[in-house]
Amino acid sequence: MLSLSINGQSYPVDVPDDMPLLWVLRDVIGLTGTKFGCGIAQCGACTVHLDGQPVRSCVLPVGSLGNRAITTIEAIGNTPAGQKIQQAWLEVDVVQCGYCQSGQIMSATALLQRTPNPTDADIDAAMAGNICRCATYVRIRAAIKQAATGKAEILQTMVSAPAGAAS
Amino acid sequence: MSTTSRTPSDGDVVDLSRRHALQSGGLAIAFLWLGGTGPVSAMINARRQPGDAAAAMADGNPTFAPNAFIRVDTTGAVRLVMPSVEMGQGIYTGCSMLLAEELGVGLDQITVEHSPPSDELYGIPALGGQITGGSTSTRATWQVLREAGAVARTLLVTAAAAQWKVDPSTCTVDRGEIHHAPSARSVGFGEVATAAAKLPMPDKVQLTDPKDFKLLGKPMRRVDSPDKIKGATQFGIDVRVPGMKVATVVSCPTLGGKVSTVDDKAARAIPGVIDVLRIDDAVAVVGEHFWAAKQGVQALNVTWDYGPNATLDTQQLRDALADSAHNGQSIVASDTGAKPSGTLVQSEYQSPMLAHATMEPMNATVWVTADKCEIWTGTQVPMRAAEEGARITGLPIDKVVVHNQYLGGGFGRRLETDWVQQAVAFAKQVSYPVKVIWTREEDIHRDIVRPMYHDLISAVVDANGQPVWYGYRTSGGSVLARFAPGAMDKNGMDSDAVECVVEIPYDIPHNKVEWIRHNMPQGLVVGWWRGVGSTHNLFVVESFMDELAHRANKDPLEYRRALLGKSPRALAVLNLAAEKIGWGGQPLPARTARGISLGEPFGSHVCAIVEAEVTPQGEVRLRRVVVALDCGIAVNASSIEAQVQGGVLFGLSAALYNGITVKNGGFEQTNFNNYRSLRINEAPIVEVHRVINGEPPGGLGEVGTAIAAPALTNAIFAATGVRLYTLPVDRNRLVQNSDALKSVASASVPEGRDVA
Repeated sequence: MLSLSINGQSYPVDVPDDMPLLWVLRDVIGLTGTKFGCGIAQCGACTVHLDGQPVRSCVLPVGSLGNRAITTIEAIGNTPAGQKIQQAWLEVDVVQCGYCQSGQIMSATALLQRTPNPTDADIDAAMAGNICRCATYVRIRAAIKQAATGKAEILQTMVSAPAGAAS
Repeated sequence: MSTTSRTPSDGDVVDLSRRHALQSGGLAIAFLWLGGTGPVSAMINARRQPGDAAAAMADGNPTFAPNAFIRVDTTGAVRLVMPSVEMGQGIYTGCSMLLAEELGVGLDQITVEHSPPSDELYGIPALGGQITGGSTSTRATWQVLREAGAVARTLLVTAAAAQWKVDPSTCTVDRGEIHHAPSARSVGFGEVATAAAKLPMPDKVQLTDPKDFKLLGKPMRRVDSPDKIKGATQFGIDVRVPGMKVATVVSCPTLGGKVSTVDDKAARAIPGVIDVLRIDDAVAVVGEHFWAAKQGVQALNVTWDYGPNATLDTQQLRDALADSAHNGQSIVASDTGAKPSGTLVQSEYQSPMLAHATMEPMNATVWVTADKCEIWTGTQVPMRAAEEGARITGLPIDKVVVHNQYLGGGFGRRLETDWVQQAVAFAKQVSYPVKVIWTREEDIHRDIVRPMYHDLISAVVDANGQPVWYGYRTSGGSVLARFAPGAMDKNGMDSDAVECVVEIPYDIPHNKVEWIRHNMPQGLVVGWWRGVGSTHNLFVVESFMDELAHRANKDPLEYRRALLGKSPRALAVLNLAAEKIGWGGQPLPARTARGISLGEPFGSHVCAIVEAEVTPQGEVRLRRVVVALDCGIAVNASSIEAQVQGGVLFGLSAALYNGITVKNGGFEQTNFNNYRSLRINEAPIVEVHRVINGEPPGGLGEVGTAIAAPALTNAIFAATGVRLYTLPVDRNRLVQNSDALKSVASASVPEGRDVA
């Protein structure tokens, strides 16, 4: 029996050591916000944080984790950087189908945590591992910058009804 | 081509007995045969339909359900049932805006819901059923959903006015409340819902004058974003049903092959494996979780009957298709008369098969019991999914329940039902609910791919290099013939095959357009892929226009402009894009250039200009994309921008990297490592500029994809002098010279190191 520390909570799980964290999260614990996209760490849809670092959970055996802190999309909004990123994602209206966005947000949050004012090159380096087939990249880039600077990057005419309802 | 979906003059009174005809391009045009016949008359309608009562009953019998889309309960909570499915295109937001504008509620006051399967209530007339595709959703719902909202508002206001004994025309509606200013009275929707439900349908309703729109045309944030950014949205793959097990499958490595024998001893020994199931062409391992199932599949020892395609490869497919293009019997789509005399110019283009690779791999959860079949999946065709469930289980259709889900990408892949059929076939062998998830490898291996094409395009040009006639012989498989055989023309023509070729914006007096149907081998099934026929044809037509311009020694912009005398909307987007990118302005660096493409797909008018750099080593760098678009009246200005940005990059991604190839009877590509997708570090800024007008809405979701590839290849030609007649882009042809490759190799590889 392993004990995993996920989003500040302890989860005892009876699974094989070589089982990737992704499937423990999704199929055993029921945290389905973290997505399956490729199974070989190519697309980033399964990105979670391990002690604050972005990792691909589809290739991460749970037996290797010990009591290191796992954070998933369900709780990333509890961190200051995650909250900023999610808010910018809403304001810039990044998502389309939304399936990859959990992973995008986890990677972007990790970027902002270590690089509060990322350049385009920083964004490229941190986000190139996350594929978005809807190709929301233009708005992802804008949202990361907006989260960093607090300044509206694009779409300044965007409205919600009523104003602010999207928060 | 022109868009002609009818819209009453602004702010008109609408007679609800009138039918709406949608005439449009893309997938939709093929279905126009249905217009006016039986099935269409019963599709989406603002009025109460015979099936409404049953649908409302199944939906918890809401207090006020005046049509198939609107439900209001006594608390005033408003639920909107979406006729289309949400796969990223933003239609839940667009449809909500249409309904909310006329109903008189804010977007924040409504809950959106997936519709249950029903061609009758949610069928799109232009597509002949409950189908989300062909960039038809906004065009098909623009009128109907505003009317549906107006019907509901009229009934609610009438009920309030009767209660107050005042003239309904003296009442106003705002954010779910009805006001009577003269007497300073107000009432919420919920308080009059019961009374409104008892009123007869109005014969006519008043639609809001576009100048008074509060929501429509504004850039609105999506209604599905707040859940999607928290990981809280339930996609098909996220469904959890009590007692559910998880399965994954392996199917025959060849196209059309079958299972011979299965040795599952090792698989069953894996902890967590519950069952091993087999059908004709695939084996599933069921586990307590996906990991056990996947381990189980890897431990299977299956022997296969590779079938008739065992030695099939890409070259055989290409050769056979080329033979058809040159020698096959054609069906003529257009022939305006004898070819004039002049200089004949001809080129030959080839386009590859393409997989969809939606981020969410195909999956379905199915529970079959003695008297019921429940299906949870994300599908663009809910009714077809239900029908397949009935066919495979033998249950009557009313015993099949489809719970549609948010789709993690569609791109045409989820217009099929093959994975649902497979999941039902496995699930009916067991007593418990089972979620069947395809691995990415299975998802690509079993994709229903975009057909490959081989095209001969030609033109007769006059002494100035101006075309006076064009000819097109396109050859490829027909998606339509399988997907909707009844929608094929009587002479066997597939209208999708020649979309954006028969009618082009350019004023070229004569043409001959032919299609040569070329069936792929049995087992290689071809399907719809974002942009459908337009994506393929615009690559050829717009590449060739560029060839003609260069051949005439003319600037590609000026050359096109001179031919657009009869297409003012195309000319306007061409001019706008050229202005915004600064065409002909500052000189660009070496091996950096711009390419234009112009087209009128899906009832919209669009011009893309790509600025690309080709390195001496043949790598292509996208520097900037400017798109000018005229899609008529806007519903959600933010969605328009997002769809064009995403659509263009989706098209550029495929043009740069993608082609499905066949070896030993199966697809060679397996995952994102060898079926590459554009990443953020490769993605340029895509500027979207709109021509604003009040024309009826055009299609949008596929427009960017359809226009993307030729702008890129034309830019590459301008940068390198290399014309690309095949996709994807072949970097080997773009290497400046052999020294360029040596220099990069020595620069990047330390001396003596093995770089295999």
